[in-house]
Amino acid sequence: MTDQSGPSGYSDKDVQREVTELQEKSATAARIFDLRRIIGGLFVLYGLMVGIAGLTDSDAEIDKAQGVNINLWTGLGMLLLGIFFLAWLKLRPTPPPAPDAVPVPGPGDDPAEQKAE
Amino acid sequence: MQTPTYQASQLAAELRLPTNWLDYTILGIYFAVVLGIGFAARRSVKTSLDFFLSGRSLPAWITGLAFISANLAATEILGMAANSAQYGAYTVHWYWIGAIPAMVFLGLVMMPFYYGSKVRSVPEMLLLRFDKWAHILSSALFAFAAILIAGVNLYALAIVVEALLGWPQWVAIVIAGAFVLAYITLGGLSSAIYNEVLQFFVILAALIPLCVLGLKKVGGWDGLTDSLTKTHGANFTTAWGGTGIGSANPLGANWLTIVLGLGFVLSFGYWTTNFAEVQRALSAKNLSAAQRTPLIAAYPKIFIVFLVMIPGLVAAVLVPKIGTSGSDLQYNHAIPYLMQQLLPNGVLGIAVTGLLAAFMAGMAANVSSFNTVFTNDIWGRYVVKGREDAYYVRFGRLITVIGVSASVGTAFLASSFSNIMSYLQTLFSFFNVPMFVVFIVGMFWKRASVKSGFWGLLAGTTSAMVNYFVIYKKGIIDIPTDQGANFVSAMVGFAAGAVVMVIVSLFTAPKPAEQLEGLVYGTRSPGMEEPPAAGDDAWYRRPALLGWGAVILAAACYIPFSF
Repeated sequence: MTDQSGPSGYSDKDVQREVTELQEKSATAARIFDLRRIIGGLFVLYGLMVGIAGLTDSDAEIDKAQGVNINLWTGLGMLLLGIFFLAWLKLRPTPPPAPDAVPVPGPGDDPAEQKAE
Repeated sequence: MQTPTYQASQLAAELRLPTNWLDYTILGIYFAVVLGIGFAARRSVKTSLDFFLSGRSLPAWITGLAFISANLAATEILGMAANSAQYGAYTVHWYWIGAIPAMVFLGLVMMPFYYGSKVRSVPEMLLLRFDKWAHILSSALFAFAAILIAGVNLYALAIVVEALLGWPQWVAIVIAGAFVLAYITLGGLSSAIYNEVLQFFVILAALIPLCVLGLKKVGGWDGLTDSLTKTHGANFTTAWGGTGIGSANPLGANWLTIVLGLGFVLSFGYWTTNFAEVQRALSAKNLSAAQRTPLIAAYPKIFIVFLVMIPGLVAAVLVPKIGTSGSDLQYNHAIPYLMQQLLPNGVLGIAVTGLLAAFMAGMAANVSSFNTVFTNDIWGRYVVKGREDAYYVRFGRLITVIGVSASVGTAFLASSFSNIMSYLQTLFSFFNVPMFVVFIVGMFWKRASVKSGFWGLLAGTTSAMVNYFVIYKKGIIDIPTDQGANFVSAMVGFAAGAVVMVIVSLFTAPKPAEQLEGLVYGTRSPGMEEPPAAGDDAWYRRPALLGWGAVILAAACYIPFSF
């Protein structure tokens, strides 16, 4: 009962080594797009859509919502959240990856952010 | 907490929402963005670590919000609203005592071991501390449960979509399954996590207006509590009223089973050892960010209870007979009913989008943790060992396809035999308990031998099930409700697992001390020595402060509900 460190002596040292190696080759830190742009963009768009719906709501729709122009208020709230994320991105841009981790950009590696919009 | 109360059930046909082109446009845009995130995240996948753990590189606010979102599935939202309509303000226990202490414990105590040891999954931690049998059993149990839970989510989605939008069930199952499949296969965990963060905000935008209008309809918070006191009694709007041992209350649990069963065993089991949650923290960029992941999640968690509880309580006022034979509406219909009654087109579209997003995120969290465990812990460790890294990325994508297909199959199976689902959901509600006992004993007792892990896991799993399905269901002991029985079964599973571990440890050889470094409390691993990154020493990023702050805030929230 002494050879119980896992199959073929698998131990924490092996995990440390394996994962450290993989982490050095990993591309996420250098290549992943900034999520703040997506949240900001989507919420500005939703905010405008819902807010404009609120401006054109009929009395029947406002009555349904207990006399509150809920579309207008929700739209405004979403718009502000969207602007918050875009402003945060502007003020604190994505930090460039550590110099030793920068991959050579290949052809077709244009910034992915626009693709999702 | 996996919501044990949510039973997918046929919704009344009159819940059909008056959706129009605007609502569908909002929904369509969301689906397009979800796919876009998948495509955009694809270029960041280079190694298996990128695909399964986002290269351990994400910032804490993203992993923190994904941590909360992976739990905030639609089954949780609808189920907790149902819980509130049925049991009242007792729902707060699932949040303030049933989540916050465990999340803080994960961040402050367990995360240095998880993240510092660089394991890629929760079962892998068991492999290091115990032996391959504990590893195989926990991996297999987890993989199996994850697929079935994903299927439960998918089936629940199909029912809700059928009732609200009028789509046939199979259309909803296939579409939602295809989208989840597409974005996880493309972008791996990064794309699952990014979509979870997005879903978090959409859900807030859906639930906040619903709560505001619901409260306005019943005359504000005071009007709400006054009406409920009249119709449901004074205990309905308190957290602890009627929970003395021996006194009857609708929950069928007393303060002791709430604190020990829910607050300790069930909650710690779910939050600290369920890999679908822990995986989010393991993808953080450094130890400080990993520790802060559950702590950042704890703050929204404290307040989300209001967003799910208020609609449930409002529905209990508006439809006093909800959930009984006097009404077509069941408890689960609380939120859809209020959406239909209160929301105009526009916000209605946001609410529908939020619900669908929450269903998909609940499924995706399980699929993305399933593919990681299956590839790293089962396939890569025991079946096809030592291949190049790219092989495991390809295999991860393939197993995602297989996993999603199996979930879709489960969902179709469930739509033909719907009582299977309620059975399964009960099973999962105490599924993490044996895992937790093995972890906690292994982490705090260095004498726990390598053999004790497997036997503790097996004994805990079996005894929790025997207690629930034999002793409770056959009426050998008398527990008033399923909820109460859940809590008791969890405590039984915990105790049985712990006792068996102690006995097995006393009869088998301990693990040599030098192999316990970084795995047992009081020892350190090289990964824990990492210096804090620039800026992480700021006071508002100190884990201890964040953690204790959350505990104090949750305790303070109890005060207005205690008298």
